[in-house]
Amino acid sequence: MNRPNDLILRTTTQLIAFILLGFSVYLFFAGHNAPGGGFIGGLMTAAAFILMYMTYGFEKIEKILPLNFRILAVTGLLIAVLSGVGSFVFGEEFLSHSFGYFHLPILGKTELATAMIFDLGVYLVVVGITLTIILSIATDSHEDPYEDAGV
Amino acid sequence: MVFAVFAPLIFAIIIPFISRFKRKIHTGWLILPVPLLIFIYFLQFVGRDFSTIMQSTNWIPSLDISLDFYLDGLSLLFALLISGIGTLVVLYSIYYLNKEEQLGHFYTYLYIFMSSMLGVVLSDNVFVLYTFWEFTSLSSFLLIGYWHYREKSRYGALKSMLITVFGGFSLLGGIILLTIVTGTTSIQEMVSKSDLIINSEYFLFILVFLLLGAFTKSAQFPFHIWLPDAMEAPTPVSAYLHSATMVKAGIYLMARFSPIFSEVPLFFVLLSIFGLVTLTWASYMAVRQTDLKGILAFSTISQLGMIMAMLGFGTTYGVFAAVFHILNHATFKGSLFMIAGIVDHETGSRDIRKLGGLMTFMPISATLAVFGTFSMAGVPLPFLNGFYSKEKFFESSLHLEGSGTFVEGLITAAPIIAVVGSIFTFVYSMYLFFGTFRGEYQESELPKKPHEAPIMMLVPPAILVLGVILIGLFPNFFNHVLISHSADAVYGDSVTKKIKFWHGWDSRAFQMSLVVISLGVLLYLTKSKWDSIYSFLPGPLSFNRVYDWIVEKVESVSNRITTFYMTGSLRLYMVLILTTIIIITASTLVFTGGMNFDVNDLAPITTAEIIIATIMALGAIGTTIAKNRIAAILILGVVGYGLSILFVMYSAPDLALTQLIVETVTVVLFLLCFYHLPNLESGTKSFTKTGTNLLISTGYGLLMMLIGISAYNSRFAETISTYFMENTYKLGGGHNAVNVILVDFRGIDTLFEIAVLFGAALGIYTMIKLRQDKGAK
Repeated sequence: MNRPNDLILRTTTQLIAFILLGFSVYLFFAGHNAPGGGFIGGLMTAAAFILMYMTYGFEKIEKILPLNFRILAVTGLLIAVLSGVGSFVFGEEFLSHSFGYFHLPILGKTELATAMIFDLGVYLVVVGITLTIILSIATDSHEDPYEDAGV
Repeated sequence: MVFAVFAPLIFAIIIPFISRFKRKIHTGWLILPVPLLIFIYFLQFVGRDFSTIMQSTNWIPSLDISLDFYLDGLSLLFALLISGIGTLVVLYSIYYLNKEEQLGHFYTYLYIFMSSMLGVVLSDNVFVLYTFWEFTSLSSFLLIGYWHYREKSRYGALKSMLITVFGGFSLLGGIILLTIVTGTTSIQEMVSKSDLIINSEYFLFILVFLLLGAFTKSAQFPFHIWLPDAMEAPTPVSAYLHSATMVKAGIYLMARFSPIFSEVPLFFVLLSIFGLVTLTWASYMAVRQTDLKGILAFSTISQLGMIMAMLGFGTTYGVFAAVFHILNHATFKGSLFMIAGIVDHETGSRDIRKLGGLMTFMPISATLAVFGTFSMAGVPLPFLNGFYSKEKFFESSLHLEGSGTFVEGLITAAPIIAVVGSIFTFVYSMYLFFGTFRGEYQESELPKKPHEAPIMMLVPPAILVLGVILIGLFPNFFNHVLISHSADAVYGDSVTKKIKFWHGWDSRAFQMSLVVISLGVLLYLTKSKWDSIYSFLPGPLSFNRVYDWIVEKVESVSNRITTFYMTGSLRLYMVLILTTIIIITASTLVFTGGMNFDVNDLAPITTAEIIIATIMALGAIGTTIAKNRIAAILILGVVGYGLSILFVMYSAPDLALTQLIVETVTVVLFLLCFYHLPNLESGTKSFTKTGTNLLISTGYGLLMMLIGISAYNSRFAETISTYFMENTYKLGGGHNAVNVILVDFRGIDTLFEIAVLFGAALGIYTMIKLRQDKGAK
């Protein structure tokens, strides 16, 4: 596996990947009041991961990030469903949401909504499935094993 | 009565279990008492002071379907025939079928048949009648195909099934119409409401449907072709189903419904015409058969035609003669089939050309056959019942009433046709007897050395022949206790007829009989001279050819239609689907006046929009003409990114963001997948293919555009968006309306969308990771 000498790519990736990750987290949390949300946030996180895979290769990232994306997707789905089931506890219908304002230690007065839990589920599912799809296709070793871990 | 109908059915369930003991004792013996007891049960109703009985049991009350059993003279006659001959047939089959056969199957089928036949004749509810009717078809199919390893059995079974079920289905149509018109499902009530039926607009359909049902079941011209092929069944089955009982179900139906149609000449004219045609055609066809059972099959068809014709005459003479002949035919034809079976069993051949001179080997069978055949031929002897009913037949053909040129023509023709048919009947009856039992014994032709059948095998035909003789000697006794009640039930009024043997020389009917006999003798003696004509005439007119042609064509044509459009080409399916959508949607749009091109409500168009739209259009066109897959994918990306810019301009930031990222991911995925695929075909495509593709895609695009414009201009209700805009913050606690709708107002959509995504990912994962190696196939 001969990798080309792509120092510039690796260096910039170190920076860009974390900007992307940070942006995606912002998008996720901003979703309730500004453009963004679980779906876009998830896609953005996935994009950051893909960039890292492209730059460093499949095996290395797998060591750094020992995540099973399929389990991630399942967890997301479970959270989304449970957030809906949770409303039964309060005698409400499936997927009824509520919100309130709380004083948190650092952030001060903050709005917390149960819809965020649902959105977290969406986020995890999107990250999980996007990476599952792309990685399964990219690392398809059927004809030429480990031709290239990246894209 | 209910128990009497269902007893054989109940025993049919038990038979497979008791047939396991067949090593020790023949299954037939164990179940013989069932029909015998039913026969005795029905025998108690016979008598001078007969009154009708009605018994009801609920079945499906909500549909007005109940198990109503109605016993009048007609049902009683049939019930006695079914149970009586049923007993004899079971007894006969004990000696006919040896223990190596699958007796459990045989008797199960036979008892299902017996039960359903009793149900047909006793039911008062039309739907119950239909149910039993189809059960007879079904069990007949099973019985004809009993020796299923023979190809001819399977062919015969299929043929009878197709034809009788076709008729049964049209019967169902008829009774549904009858029920709609009269509002009742009971036959007796329908009879009392016959005015409604005759004056209804469906009358013609009712008539045709009922006639089709009866004609197919009773093997009337031109649906008679299944009966000769049904002779592949074991002989007890032929004797029971195809001479005495099932083929008379159609006649029963016509007799049962004739009081309804008593005012309609058309019914009677159709019945008598088809009956007379069947009579002559089948009796002619019977003469040229060489197989014993073949002769008997055509003879049965012709006798059924005769009964049908007599019913069709619709006069007191006709009805009485018809009912009388039903009884007579059942007795002599049953015995003849049994004797044919004995001859087959003891000599190994049924071919009448190989048989001959069997009288010295089988004297008892020959004696029994004399009575059967002579009675069938209508030889004027006082101990043959066939003569009486034939005499009545001639008499009834002379006493037709009615007016109109057509009916008058029929009145003139009927006696002549009757005589012609009877001459042929006489010829084949004589041929049947003398060809089998007299003449030269051909030892070399027969596979077995003939000898007399076991005594017990001769008992059933002997009992039937005894019936022939007793009815012949004491016709008026049977008349008073049974036949007159039966005729009353058919005619709907009291029919009193005396049966006399001697009418004097000047009786027209007797003169006709003499003509029949003298000409018949002449024709039989010179038969060898006519043989060439017999074998020449029906050749191309055979209806078997029509049947085979229809069956073959139905198969080949439907096969051709299927292969025409089921080519396996996805392109063709797309063409069909899209064309269908275009045609249906476009015509709906045009014919319902759905088009609406109002331009007042449009927003002003900006230059930026025009530029982006142009770029997107160019991208779309470029995709279609790109020669390389990768290029096509990249150009397609232009359209996607253009769309996200449009979203930005229409202030949909969430959509724009999503569209941007999804487009990127899609392009990446496409590139990943299509990297491995070969380049697009570079060869020139045929002009017609490209032309149709262009036409359909343009049409489809135009259609969608029209629908879009029309839909935009036709708004019938306020949008819900105002509600969302007002309540997003109040109820959802967020400022981003899109997101609040997605996770809060309509969270369940999102839940299932992520489930869909999850399913897709799982699918891709399994397809790639768990795919079989090519070598492992």
